Amino acid sequence: MSSDQNILVKLNKAGFSLNNKWLVRGVSLQVEKGKIVTLIGPNGSGKSTTAKIALGIYKKIDGSVEKYTNKVGYVPQKISIDWTLPLRVNDFMVLTESLDKETINEALSLTGVIHLKDKNLGDLSGGEFQRVLLARAISKKPELLVLDEPVQGVDFTGEIALYELIKKISDELNCGILLISHDLHTVMSATDHVVCLNGHVCCSGSPMDVAKNNEYKALFGEQASQILSRYEHRHDHIHTSEGEIKKN
Amino acid sequence: MLDDFFIRALIAGIGVAIVTGPLGCFVVWRRLSYFGDTLAHSALLGVTLAYSMEFNIAFSVFIISSLIALTLIQLQKRTNLPGDALLGLLAHSSLAVGLVVIGFLSFIRFDIMGLLFGDILAVTVDDLLIIWIGGALILLILKLIWKPLFASTVNYELAEAEGLNPDRAKAIFTILMAAIIAISIKMVGLLLITGMLIIPAAMARNISSSPQKMVIYSIIGGLLSVILGLFSSLEFNTASGPSIIAASLFLFILSLLNIKQSIKLKN
Repeated sequence: MSSDQNILVKLNKAGFSLNNKWLVRGVSLQVEKGKIVTLIGPNGSGKSTTAKIALGIYKKIDGSVEKYTNKVGYVPQKISIDWTLPLRVNDFMVLTESLDKETINEALSLTGVIHLKDKNLGDLSGGEFQRVLLARAISKKPELLVLDEPVQGVDFTGEIALYELIKKISDELNCGILLISHDLHTVMSATDHVVCLNGHVCCSGSPMDVAKNNEYKALFGEQASQILSRYEHRHDHIHTSEGEIKKN
Repeated sequence: MLDDFFIRALIAGIGVAIVTGPLGCFVVWRRLSYFGDTLAHSALLGVTLAYSMEFNIAFSVFIISSLIALTLIQLQKRTNLPGDALLGLLAHSSLAVGLVVIGFLSFIRFDIMGLLFGDILAVTVDDLLIIWIGGALILLILKLIWKPLFASTVNYELAEAEGLNPDRAKAIFTILMAAIIAISIKMVGLLLITGMLIIPAAMARNISSSPQKMVIYSIIGGLLSVILGLFSSLEFNTASGPSIIAASLFLFILSLLNIKQSIKLKN
C-alpha cells in the first residue's frame, strides 16, 4: 500500500443496518489515487450498500468513513428518471456541475453516445442510458469514481470497450475507482484490489490472492477461480467497438 | 396610477406569476401539489391570527405555513403514517382551527369569500411592495439553490454522492413555498393558490423539451393567465382567483392541442 496522502476514501469497519437488519457490516477498505478497487459478491451481499456508505449517502452508519475528496463521480446501479421532467442528455450532463460544451462533447464521444446529445433522456435504451451515465460521471474529471455495475445492459463489444475506457480513465486522470461488477473476467484482469463481500468481507487482496482463497471458491464455485487463472497471461491486444485491433 | 385598483391588481398578479412559474415547475417535478394545498389551507389560520393580533397578513401566513411545513417534516420522521394522510391531517385540522378562531373573532367582519377565492379590490400599495420585494427574494434564493434542488429532483443519491447537500436545498425550498403562498393569498385566495402553482407549469410541460424552457413557458403561462383572468374578472364581475385559474385552464387545454400535433408529426 502506498502512502496515506494518496487515500481518497477509507472505510473502517463500516456497516449499515435498515429496520434492525444488517445490510453489510465490518467493511474495511480504502481507495487510492490511480487504483481500481472492485467489490464482488452475490446478490444482496451489500456491494451497493458499501458503495453508498463510501459516498456518504448513508449517514447513520456503524464504524467510520473518511472521505478526502469532494470531486466525486457516481454511476448508481438503479436510477429512474421521471417523465414529468423534460430532460435531455445535455441537461443531464451538467446536473451536478457546470461544464463547457467541449468537455461534454468529449465525454459523450468517449462513451460513444455523442449522437444522442439532444435526445430526451426518457427515449434512450437501457444500454444507451448507461453510457450517458458513465459519460456524466467522468466528464467532471473526478478524483474518485464510484461505478455500480456501470456496463449493465450494454452490448458485448461495448462492454469490453467501456471497461477499457474505465481503465484508461483511471490511468489518465489518476483517479481512484470503486467498481462493482459481476463480470469476473473483467474484474480479475483490470483490478488492483478485490474485495469479496457476502454481508461482510469474505476475503480481499490482489485478484490472484482472492482467487486462491477458499471462501471465494465456496461463494463463486471452482469455475470462477479457473476464469481467473486464465488471466495470468494478459492479452496483448484489444478489439475496439469499430472492429479494429489495438495493441495494449 | 396606483390609485386604480385594477392597475394595482395587475401589477400584483404579474409579480405573483413571475414567482409561481419556476416554483410551480418544482411542485410538478417533485409531486408536491398536495403539499402546496396543505400549506395553503393552513394559511387561513395565519390570516385569522394576523387579524386578531393586528399583524401583517403576509408575514403571519408565512410564519404559520412554515411552522406547518416543519411539523410535517417532524411527523414524517416520527410516525409510520403515509405522507398523504399526514398532509390531509394537517391541511384540514389547520383549516378547521382557523375557522374556529374566526368564530371567536366576532368583533371583526371577515370577507371569507375574499380569503378563499381572492379579492382584487383588497390589494393595497403595501401589498404590492410585499409581493415584489418578497417575490424578488424568493427568486434570488431559488436561483442560489437551483443546482442542488434540481439535481436532487432528478436523483437524490447522485446529488448527495456528488456533494450538493440536497437536504438543505429541500428545507429551503419548503420555506420558499410558504413564502409564495403568503404573498399571493390576497390575489388568488387560499383554495386556489396551488392551481396557480401547478396549472401553468403543467401547461408548460406539454410544450417544452428542457427544464429551462419549461420554467420560461410556465412564467409566460402564469402571466397570460393573470392578465386574461383579471380582465375577465372586471368584465364579468367574477372573483379574481377563479377567473385567473380558469384562464390558466384555458391555456392548458390549448397546450394539449399542441401535443396532439407533435404526436401526429412523429407518426
